[in-house]
Amino acid sequence: MSENREKKVREPLVHLTRRSIMSPAKAWGIRVMAVLLGLLVCGIVAFLLVDKLRQNPGRIGEFYYTFIKGSFSTPRKAWKFFKDLAILLCIALALTPAFRMRFWNTGAEGQTLMGIWGAIAVAFYWGGKIPEGLLLVLMFAASLLCGAAWGLIPALFKAKWNTNETLFTLMMNYVASYVVAYFLVVWVPSGSSNLGKLKYGKLPSLGHDYLLIILVTLLLTIGLHIYLNYSKHGYELNVVGESIRTAKYVGIGVGKVIIRTMILSGALCGLAGYLIAAGLDQTITTESVGGQGFTAIMVCWLAKFHPLGMILTAGLVTLLDHGAAQISQDFSVASDFPDVVVGIILFFVIGSEFFINYQLHFRGHEKEGSVK
Amino acid sequence: MEKKLALQMRGITKRFGSVLANNHVDLDVYEGEILAILGENGCGKTTLMNMIAGIYYPDEGHIYMEGREVVIRSPKDAFDHRIGMIHQHFKLVDLFTAAQNIILGMEDQGRYNLKDVNARVREIAEKYGFRLDPEKKVYDMSVSEKQTVEIIKVLYRGADVLILDEPTAVLTPQEIDRLFAVLRKMKEDGKSIIIITHKLNEVLEVSDRVAILRRGEHIATVNTADTNEAELTEMMMGQKIDLNIRRSDPVNVQPRLIINGLNLYDSERVHVLKDVSFTAYAGEILGIAGIAGSGQRELLEAIAGLQPLESGEITFRNPKKDKPVTFFHKSLRRVEELDREHAFHDPQGKEISFKGMSRKDIRKWVDSGEVLFKEDEIIDLRNKNPLEIRELGIRLSFVPEDRLGMGLVGNMDITDNMMLRSYRKGPGGLLDRKKPRALAEEIIQSLQVSTPGTATPVRRLSGGNVQKVLVGREIAFAPKVLMAAYPVRGLDINSSYTIYHLLTRQKENGVAVIFVGEDLDVLLALSDRILVMNGGRVTGLVDARSATKEEIGLMMTRTESREGGEAHE
Repeated sequence: MSENREKKVREPLVHLTRRSIMSPAKAWGIRVMAVLLGLLVCGIVAFLLVDKLRQNPGRIGEFYYTFIKGSFSTPRKAWKFFKDLAILLCIALALTPAFRMRFWNTGAEGQTLMGIWGAIAVAFYWGGKIPEGLLLVLMFAASLLCGAAWGLIPALFKAKWNTNETLFTLMMNYVASYVVAYFLVVWVPSGSSNLGKLKYGKLPSLGHDYLLIILVTLLLTIGLHIYLNYSKHGYELNVVGESIRTAKYVGIGVGKVIIRTMILSGALCGLAGYLIAAGLDQTITTESVGGQGFTAIMVCWLAKFHPLGMILTAGLVTLLDHGAAQISQDFSVASDFPDVVVGIILFFVIGSEFFINYQLHFRGHEKEGSVK
Repeated sequence: MEKKLALQMRGITKRFGSVLANNHVDLDVYEGEILAILGENGCGKTTLMNMIAGIYYPDEGHIYMEGREVVIRSPKDAFDHRIGMIHQHFKLVDLFTAAQNIILGMEDQGRYNLKDVNARVREIAEKYGFRLDPEKKVYDMSVSEKQTVEIIKVLYRGADVLILDEPTAVLTPQEIDRLFAVLRKMKEDGKSIIIITHKLNEVLEVSDRVAILRRGEHIATVNTADTNEAELTEMMMGQKIDLNIRRSDPVNVQPRLIINGLNLYDSERVHVLKDVSFTAYAGEILGIAGIAGSGQRELLEAIAGLQPLESGEITFRNPKKDKPVTFFHKSLRRVEELDREHAFHDPQGKEISFKGMSRKDIRKWVDSGEVLFKEDEIIDLRNKNPLEIRELGIRLSFVPEDRLGMGLVGNMDITDNMMLRSYRKGPGGLLDRKKPRALAEEIIQSLQVSTPGTATPVRRLSGGNVQKVLVGREIAFAPKVLMAAYPVRGLDINSSYTIYHLLTRQKENGVAVIFVGEDLDVLLALSDRILVMNGGRVTGLVDARSATKEEIGLMMTRTESREGGEAHE
């Protein structure tokens, strides 16, 4: 009988304990494992969803190869890979100062779009009327100003009335989108809202059209790394992010730092917008940023707000994106399939952080008294 | 009388990451006894008890009740086994009455009948001698009443084993006596009481047996009657230690910080400081006593420039020695004004007067450096923020109560925390980490901070080491005023004594030290004078060399009879 009683209340099946600091090598090992596991699950899902694969399981190798192929099979694709990486990285870098300050700026999409709008507006009104060099400078200034303004507005409200910045910046995205929609109606008399490529205001090509964008982003990465880790401003915003009470205790003007940092964050989004407007598109639609303002949030988080790490995370996201697009093309599946693939892999990458921080103990394993 | 075992723990082990919080602890608890769990902060007392109360689950080991093994996975399991724990931080709903809080979360109540509950609560209170009105709302209660609610909550659920985690930390001496009386009554009723504490005198006063824990290990369990303070300390520390605080007599005291009629409202417009006036002298330690939340924190924050004042004055005085006048610091007009006040003298001390001299001659004389003056530097600190205070050249150091949330940044390393006060120094926009790193190394060495290095985030350090880093930084700037709020809270005995010695040394260097403490024994041993606060008001100022604990305890609970006419128990 007593046997039965004891069965009733048993040790929990799994219990969690927090890990002590894990060595970086082991932590990276877990992350790499997570990506591999994610790829494996992708394969299984693909097998279930993709007809061509189910009919011919031998093509599974090709399936994985396509990930690489999507980005690197031709020089053109490689250039496009680095260009897309650079734009995504640039927006993610723009978010970094704000995120380090624990100011959850979800408005990169709108800030970047306003950056594009600023440049295009200058090119639209003054293109051909003033020298091309001056036009480019004015476009640059307009992009930075518009982006900064879009970052400044929520910062002012946060600093003065402590409004919720996440919702505020998110809503500003829609405002930006409608501003652009409005001007497209004003600028395009036909009413098609299709502005077409502008003739003026194109950044010079340094051998390759994308090279300048890549170089600017690279410089920005290094610059921001220095700003955040070695400058007084960077130190202040880190303190504000860690603890507002500590910041006040040492006399840091919290409101001032919030406003200054959001001007920077917005202006850098504006810079990304300038690169898109003057370096690539030379036109604008409401979809010119294409959701990269949101993808950048993930890129920034995955790298734990470290500018140099963002080169890797932006690379991973871009690689997945291009690879998945290639898969949908080569295996003729619905265009939603790439999103499924990217989602699965990112789920594993983000999930792996849990196993870096916590350890699971299973029932029965403790009896020997060994803890790994 | 043959005692019955209530609870047994065998081989209990708990790890947090690489930290071994409890290592194969064996413990017996009998019915009808008060067992004290004694040990320094961080020795695993609370962790061990949390495993009986269902907060943590042990990694290894077994718990037996009445000879049968039990598995306690949650506080609910603990209650099912008639175990209840009263935590250090109360978990009550402010807007509910005592009785509502007591039945909160209880299942199979049947009909919700508050009248019955009130009656039952009264019955329990009467039985053990608690003073509690079941219909009083929690927001109207004192800390001691809240604690009573927590204890009755546990009794109401029928607990036979009661665990109290540091129950006396927040109470006045009188309240402590009352609590102990109640505990004794419960013991006579056959309950097992476990009290977690690190205060030796309380252990000796109230307990039947003492279990001593050191670094997660169970050292011994002894009968209280057979032991004494010295033996317990030795078991607790693993070595003999001198528990006397060296107090030097103040020399050359002079007013340094004059607080006059301070009134302060917090963000919810609660009047937290009421007409507070006192003077802190250079060369003495002014202790501030009071029940937690009597305005001590707000007072220090107001002085440090962190709280906007409603009214009152904060004046800083820094008498300077003879100093040559220069036109770098003073305008010609100011010199003429000072001359009319007979402020100037020559190196021999003879008064100098510029009366009737031309401006050109005055200039020439002053530039010779022969014109000296005495100046009392008197600076109004009212409504200046910490940065402005520092820019005025006032070295005011502040060790706040909330170390990692205010004094330091937990995620930053020791070097970066050293820079908090000084990072603005130096030209250009880039940081200079060289000096802060040197300072970090110096503090690690001189205060024996145990850390892998200067690059370790401070939140990874133990409580004592965190405090050494903070106090070390605040002292490093050679302060004129040093304010410390609960600087030894959560520290082990050795670290506490390090801090006491540091404060005493600052006092001897002519610093005005303000020390907010909770342990009256320490306040009496360390301070020169003690200011007592209650409800945002100063209710007493005593000489620490002659005052008694009881006297201060009364002041801590005294309310101004003029004000409300409310008689306090």
